[in-house]
Amino acid sequence: MAFREYKIGARLFGVALGGSMIITLYLPTIDMTSVAATETSLRKQLSYGRIGGFSYEDPFLLGEGKPKTVVLTEDPVTGQQIETVEAYVYEPGIPFAGGINHPRVLGDGITDLSLEKGRISEADISAGAVFVVSRGSYQGETVNYIENVTATRGWKPEKVLSVAGDANTSYVGSGKIMFVKEGCWWCHTLLPEQTQDWQYFGVPPRLGDFNGESPTAFGSDRKAPDLLHVGSRNSSKEWMMMHFFNPRLVQPHSIMPRYDYMWGEKDASGNTIDFDAWGAAYNEYAKGESLYPPEVPEYAPNSQIRYLMDFILSLK
Amino acid sequence: MLKYLFAKNEDIPQGSAAIFFAFSSIVWFVVGTGLGSFNAAKLAFPDFVTGSELFSFGHMRQVHVLAVIFGWISMAFAMAMMYITPALGNTKLWSEKLGIWNCFLWNIGLSLGLTLLWAGITSGREYSDFPWVIDLYIAAFIALPLAINVWMTILKRRTQGIYTTNWFFGAGVFMVTIVFIVGNSPEWFNLTGLSEAYMTWWFAHNVLGLWITPIAAAIAYYTVPKVTGNPLYSHRIGHLHFWSVVVFYSTPAAHHLMSAPLPEWLKSFASVEGVLILVPAIAFVSNLILTMQGKWHMFVENVEIKFTITGVLMAIPLNMQGGFQQTRAINWYVHGTGWIVAHAHLALLGFSTFLEGAAVYYGIQTILRRKLYSLALANFHFWFLLIGFSIYWISMTIAGLIQGAGKIYEVPYIDVVIAEHPYMIARWVGGTLVFTGNLVWLYNMYMTARVGTEIPVGRLPHEMAYER
Ligand code: HEC
Ligand code: HEM
Repeated sequence: MAFREYKIGARLFGVALGGSMIITLYLPTIDMTSVAATETSLRKQLSYGRIGGFSYEDPFLLGEGKPKTVVLTEDPVTGQQIETVEAYVYEPGIPFAGGINHPRVLGDGITDLSLEKGRISEADISAGAVFVVSRGSYQGETVNYIENVTATRGWKPEKVLSVAGDANTSYVGSGKIMFVKEGCWWCHTLLPEQTQDWQYFGVPPRLGDFNGESPTAFGSDRKAPDLLHVGSRNSSKEWMMMHFFNPRLVQPHSIMPRYDYMWGEKDASGNTIDFDAWGAAYNEYAKGESLYPPEVPEYAPNSQIRYLMDFILSLK
Repeated sequence: MLKYLFAKNEDIPQGSAAIFFAFSSIVWFVVGTGLGSFNAAKLAFPDFVTGSELFSFGHMRQVHVLAVIFGWISMAFAMAMMYITPALGNTKLWSEKLGIWNCFLWNIGLSLGLTLLWAGITSGREYSDFPWVIDLYIAAFIALPLAINVWMTILKRRTQGIYTTNWFFGAGVFMVTIVFIVGNSPEWFNLTGLSEAYMTWWFAHNVLGLWITPIAAAIAYYTVPKVTGNPLYSHRIGHLHFWSVVVFYSTPAAHHLMSAPLPEWLKSFASVEGVLILVPAIAFVSNLILTMQGKWHMFVENVEIKFTITGVLMAIPLNMQGGFQQTRAINWYVHGTGWIVAHAHLALLGFSTFLEGAAVYYGIQTILRRKLYSLALANFHFWFLLIGFSIYWISMTIAGLIQGAGKIYEVPYIDVVIAEHPYMIARWVGGTLVFTGNLVWLYNMYMTARVGTEIPVGRLPHEMAYER
């Protein structure tokens, strides 16, 4: 063997690289996966669905195969008023979030309660299911867990959606896909830093805030404000709409790209959007030849921009 | 070239694979830097090209990054391996045919992957952005065939020992394959949350640390002694470099996520290991600088040495920056700012690119036995790269410091955007110079292959640089 002289070297190399991988991969993974999911992470994974990026259910990243998030004020089965609750609706065939498929990623206590009281293992993809985050006690401590309300309270996906109506339904999961696909995370971060900057952008996330989420889309480059809590700074739908159509409408110095193409061909009333005419009118306005900018078209309820807006406004 | 795909291995002239790789890499360099320049224009003038998702910054950025890393840098590495590995083993490349297929499949896979990314089909993880189908393709048809060719050539060598460059090549192709497979596993096994985010950066860090940096250094270990005629100053220091890369460079991945809620011990550990990267860096730079003894005039007179030594000298600020910016005391200030973008380009466009550039210049001339078509154009290329890069680096470093200050003094974000604007324009100008230089390079190398003066047997290309 022509490597004979290098026997010792080759073995040492194996030891060095193997050792390095144990320290930098195995140990941290054990450490990080042992952390219990926080309420944030339960809500995030339930509203985002299985994985983000490229996946079987959504190979072209069109936001397909994702759950819907609804806000309910009445019980869809009994019709009684209830305390406002956020429910995550998985219609038949929509793949479940990581924590439902692999309850152990939720962490001690949460896994047990979700299985026993929340009955998440009874959820069936082909029939669909609705989940909420509930509170229970585990060994004397209050814990958040996932409840499969289809099993515990008989809430069926179609029923929940029809009771809530389009106005109370948001496409947070599909919007996260838009965020990934459009590369918002090349400029924005979803990670206020632990240094001073959280005073401006809000609380930095904690270790358990990400269980079950993929991809986390932190972003590494901050050319623009952090968005993790943007919905609580600014929740104006009108502002967001103008800003996405052409950021220079509301912020003349912005370097953010225009996302007008996310409106698609038709507006909310089914008319074809005339982008050229809009552009021409805008140029006049930008040159100071007209006083007001052209109106931003109202978007269609199933347009990509709807998804994205729902996601951004959900970032509280 | 394509006619060799189905030729018998013996019928393929030696060096064909290297030439195929060389021209592919130059073309990818032109494409990659063109895209970079386009992106820079978008950041300076956001309304530059609008109305289609295909020209949106978020769709183009990763195409630039992966085109330069997997197209230019990695293919130039493969080119170097195809001719340097056999030369140092006093033998032939194990299989020219495998090499040619490797290059062919590489170009196809990369074009496909980048097209998907461009359309927005991504895994959503920085640097491992390709969807897993492409990841598998890369592992099976790009990394593995290259590794097999390099290992078999080293095994079949006709020299007693293995020279430094070949340790790095042999180990590098092994490590990059492992890193690639392990680093993309979150997507195959549905790992989620922080472990996934951390694995993403483990991958990104190790592609740089166990592939781009050491292989570039290995190339310099060949070009400097070969062209100057001086033997390598010290093989012991070479050993130190090699082992400290494996031990220290493979461990600080967590320093990319200093502001994320990773376990504290991991961040501290990464930070310490990150400073220790100075060990391989100092070993490498000092070894090569000492090898230059008595031959410093070649730094001015000879193109390959000019490129190589410029790259080696850039490793000094690069590693100083790298070692210190990842400590907690400094990282909180510069994290996520243009400072880091400047650092990334110092590593890839400054340090690494200059070393590979030399290997491609030298390789094309020796394999084709043709003298460089135009020395003047080569110098033009050098200065355009150097000046363009310097403008880029200085402007982004300043922009980064502005952003850092804005971050800690809580300046309204838009004021930071306004303050950065001139530097964004400067960066675009610098990047465009690099791109222009590369166009010239492509022309120069094409003409070298077509009409370069033939080099008589027994002479070396650089000896004839100033002869007509
Ligand atoms: C080229 C970089 C860039 C990209 C890409 C980008 N943005 Fe922005 N974004 C900015 C900048 C700069 C600002 C701050 C100035 C402004 O308000 O426009 C901003 C502001 C915002 C704001 C307001 C933040 C606040 O604090 O009020 C939101 C919301 C936003 N962007 C969302 C998005 C979304 C969603 C995407 C992806 C579809 C995106 N951005 C893509 C640069 C970018
Ligand atoms: C024409 C020359 C080039 C230009 C104009 C250019 C421009 C850019 C731009 C605008 C970005 C995005 C930075 C940001 O997000 O702020 C970028 C990122 C990047 N470029 Fe280039 N680039 C050029 C050449 C290169 C070369 C030659 C390489 C390497 C060989 C390279 C490697 C990278 C990398 C790794 C990133 C990602 C940086 C990060 O993670 O922040 N670039 N480049």
